[in-house]
Amino acid sequence: MNDTRSILLTGVGGQGTILAAKILSEGLTRMGYDVKMSEIHGMAQRGGSVTSHVRYGSRVDSPVISEGEADILCSFEKLEAFRHLGYIKPEGMLIVNDLEIYPLPVLIGQAAYPDDIASVLKTRHERFQLLSAHTIAVKLGNPRVENIVLLGAVAHYGGFMQFSWEETIRDLVKPAFIDINIKAFYAGAKAASASFGGAS
Amino acid sequence: MKQLLTGNEAIARGAYEAGCTVAAAYPGTPSTEILEALSQYKEIYCEWSVNEKVALEVSGGASFAGSRAFCAMKHVGLNVAADPMFTIAYTGINGGLVINTSDEPGMHSSQNEQDNRYYARHAKLPLVVPSDSAQCRDFMLEAYRISETFDTAVLFRTTTRVCHSKSLVELHEPMRVPQRAYTKDLKKNLMTPGNSRPRHVDVEARLVKLAEYAESTPLNFIEEDGNTLGVISTGIAYQYAREVFSDRADYFFIGFSFPLPMKAVRKFCEVHETILVIEENEPFIEDEIRKAGIACLGKDLLPACGELSPKIIADACSHLPEASTYAPSVHSDASLPPRPPALCPGCPHRGIFHVLSKQKNIVASTDIGCYTLGAFPPFSVGDFFFCMGSSITAGIGFKRSDMSCGTETRGVFAIIGDSTFFHSGMTGIADAVYSRTPVVTIILDNRITAMTGHQHNPGTGMTLMGEQAHEIDLGELVRALGVREDHIRKVNPNNLKACSEAVNDALIAQEPFVIIARVPCALLPQVRKRAESKWFQVDAQACTGCRACIRIGCPAITFRDSAAVIEPDICAACGVCFQVCTFKAISMGGNKT
Repeated sequence: MNDTRSILLTGVGGQGTILAAKILSEGLTRMGYDVKMSEIHGMAQRGGSVTSHVRYGSRVDSPVISEGEADILCSFEKLEAFRHLGYIKPEGMLIVNDLEIYPLPVLIGQAAYPDDIASVLKTRHERFQLLSAHTIAVKLGNPRVENIVLLGAVAHYGGFMQFSWEETIRDLVKPAFIDINIKAFYAGAKAASASFGGAS
Repeated sequence: MKQLLTGNEAIARGAYEAGCTVAAAYPGTPSTEILEALSQYKEIYCEWSVNEKVALEVSGGASFAGSRAFCAMKHVGLNVAADPMFTIAYTGINGGLVINTSDEPGMHSSQNEQDNRYYARHAKLPLVVPSDSAQCRDFMLEAYRISETFDTAVLFRTTTRVCHSKSLVELHEPMRVPQRAYTKDLKKNLMTPGNSRPRHVDVEARLVKLAEYAESTPLNFIEEDGNTLGVISTGIAYQYAREVFSDRADYFFIGFSFPLPMKAVRKFCEVHETILVIEENEPFIEDEIRKAGIACLGKDLLPACGELSPKIIADACSHLPEASTYAPSVHSDASLPPRPPALCPGCPHRGIFHVLSKQKNIVASTDIGCYTLGAFPPFSVGDFFFCMGSSITAGIGFKRSDMSCGTETRGVFAIIGDSTFFHSGMTGIADAVYSRTPVVTIILDNRITAMTGHQHNPGTGMTLMGEQAHEIDLGELVRALGVREDHIRKVNPNNLKACSEAVNDALIAQEPFVIIARVPCALLPQVRKRAESKWFQVDAQACTGCRACIRIGCPAITFRDSAAVIEPDICAACGVCFQVCTFKAISMGGNKT
C-alpha cells in the first residue's frame, strides 16, 4: 500500500524555501525514508512564486505533489498560501507565515493585494495556523532565519521531533549561522506546539 | 554510500565515475547545475563555452583525441549545436561522447517546449532517457559503454522535473579510463562528400546493431505481475504512471528510447489487453507502436502541451478501473494578483529601461536574459525575440523593412546582455557594420551570466574552474568589428542623465551605434556587501504622492497612506528612485544598524 506523504513549501524567490526544503529532505533521508524533492529554479528566482515539493515514505514514485495531496502546506507568505490552497488535503495542516510581500502588479498599482487573507483561509480550511516567523526570527537576532522557524513548525506537525535535527542543520548551513539556525528551528517548533497543539 | 542528489548532480556524478576528462556547456535552465557540479571534481577539465555549438565541438574534439567527453545544454541549445551533432553522428567517436539535452515541458524558464527526442531519430543517434537521479547516474555509465561499443555519440535526454528533483543515488568509485590512442583516419573523421557517402551506409548499419542492443539493454525493463493493463512509459512520466496505477498495471520502462526495442514491445503488447503509452509532450514512442500496427491508448487521452502530473494522467484515464482518483481541483480565486518575476532591487537594467520607456517611437528587439523582463510593465520595453542572440539581427531586418518601405522614422533598438552577446551577438554587430544598418545595440553588461545564477563568461575574467582568464573588453571588441569610435558610448545605467543623452545621440545616428551599459549585477556578493550599509529614504512631508518612483517597478518601494515608502532592508541603493523624484523627497539614508 502506498504510504507516501507530501509536504509543500511555497513562498517568494529569496525567502529561503529551497534551503528549508533541503534540510527537511536530508533529515527525512537520515530518518530512513525514501525521499524525493522537486523544485523549480530559473526565472522564479527573480521575486516570483516558488514551490518546493517534498515527498517521503517506503517507496516514493512521483517527486511532484498533486492537487489535494499535501499533508502539510507551509507557506512563507500569505498570498502564496491562498494561491496554493488547492494542494492541501481536507485533513491536512496549513501553516502560514504572517507576512505580506507585494508582487510587482500590486507595487505598481495594477492589482490589489487581497484583504485579510488570514480570515479567509480560516473559513476555508480547518487545520490552520498563522505563525509570526518574522517576529520570532527578529527576536532571535536575524530576520533571515525566518525560513528555519517555519521549518521547525513543519517538523512539529509532521511528527518529526524525535529526530535530532541539529546535525542535519549543522551539515547544511554556513558555519557562522549554525547556532542561530538551530535556535530558530526549535523556536518554530515551540511556537507551533504552543498555539495549536497536536502533532499528526 | 547513498546520497540525496538532483538529477543534474547525479549526471555529473555519472560522468565523473565513468572517467570523463573533458566537459563543456553553455548555461541554460534546467541544465546549468550539471557542469557546476562536475567542475567540483578537479581532475576533469570543465569549461563554460561561449555557446552550445562551441561546447559540442570542444567535447567532440576531446573525444577524437581519446578522452571520454561530455557536453550539456538546454533543449533550445541543441538547436545551436545541431550543426556539429549531425556530422559527429557520421564520424562517430574515439573516446566516449555523451551529449546532454535538458528539455523543458511546461516552459518554466524557456521559450518553447520542443521535444528533443526527435533529434535522436533525425541524427540517427542512440537516445537515453532516465526517470530519476539514480538512473541519471547509472545511465551515464551505460551511455559511455554504448558510445564506445557502437562508435557513436549518445544523446542523453532529461526534463526539468528529473534535473531539479532530488532522490537517492548510490555512489561508486570513479573508473580510471586512459586516453585512447589517436590515429589519423580521414575516411572516418573528415566528412567530405566522398568520405561521407560510405559513412552514411555505416550509420545505417550501426542503427541495426543499436536496435538489437535495445532488445537486451538494462536501460529498458519490464515490471510484470499478470495485470491486464500494460503501461509503456519513459522519463518522469514513468514515475507519475507508477503513482497513478501502482501495482494494478504492468510496466515497460523505456530508458533506451531510440532505436526502440520493437520485438520486446510487441511481445509485451500481445500479453496485455489494454496498452497505454504515457509520455510527456510528443507521441515519440506511441507513433512507432501505432506504426507497427499495435493498437494503444496515448495522446488520444493525454495532452501534448505542458507537463504531465499524476493527477493529469489519472483524470485523463478515469474510465480505466486501474487508475487512482484524485480530489477534484479546488480553484482558488482567479482574481488573485499574479507574482511574475521582476527586476531585483538595485538591478542595473532598471535605469536604462526607465529611460527607454520614455521614448515613444522606438521598437525594442530584445533577447534572452533577466532583461527580457523589461518587456513587461512598468517599462514595456521589448517587442520580440526569437532565440539567443536574435536581438541585433532581427533588429537589422526590422530596420531594413522600414527603410525599404520608406517608413523609417522608428528607432530600432537591440537589447542584449553580456553573456548573450558573446554567445551569438557578435555576428549581429558584424552584420550591422557590413550592411551599414543604423540599428542601436544596447549591451547590458552586468559582468556575469545572471539569469541562470551567476556563471562566468569571456567578459568576466574568470573561468568555471576558478582560474583567472583574459577579460574581453566589449568596447574594444565592437570597435574591432567596425563600429565607429564616436558611435560607441559607455554609460553607467544607474545614471539616468547619461543614459538619456546616449539614447538621444543613438536615435539620430545614421550608422550602427552601440551603448555599453556597465554595472555589475546587484546580486553579486561583492555588490551586495557594498550596498549593505546604504539605503535611500522618503521624506513623507515632501512626498506629493505622484508615484513617479513607483513606476520604476522596484520591489523596495511601496505606496502607503498617500506617500511612497522605501524598505531599508530591501533597498540596494542604486539611486534610480532618487533621480526620478522631482520633489526632492528621496535622500540617502544613514548607516543601517
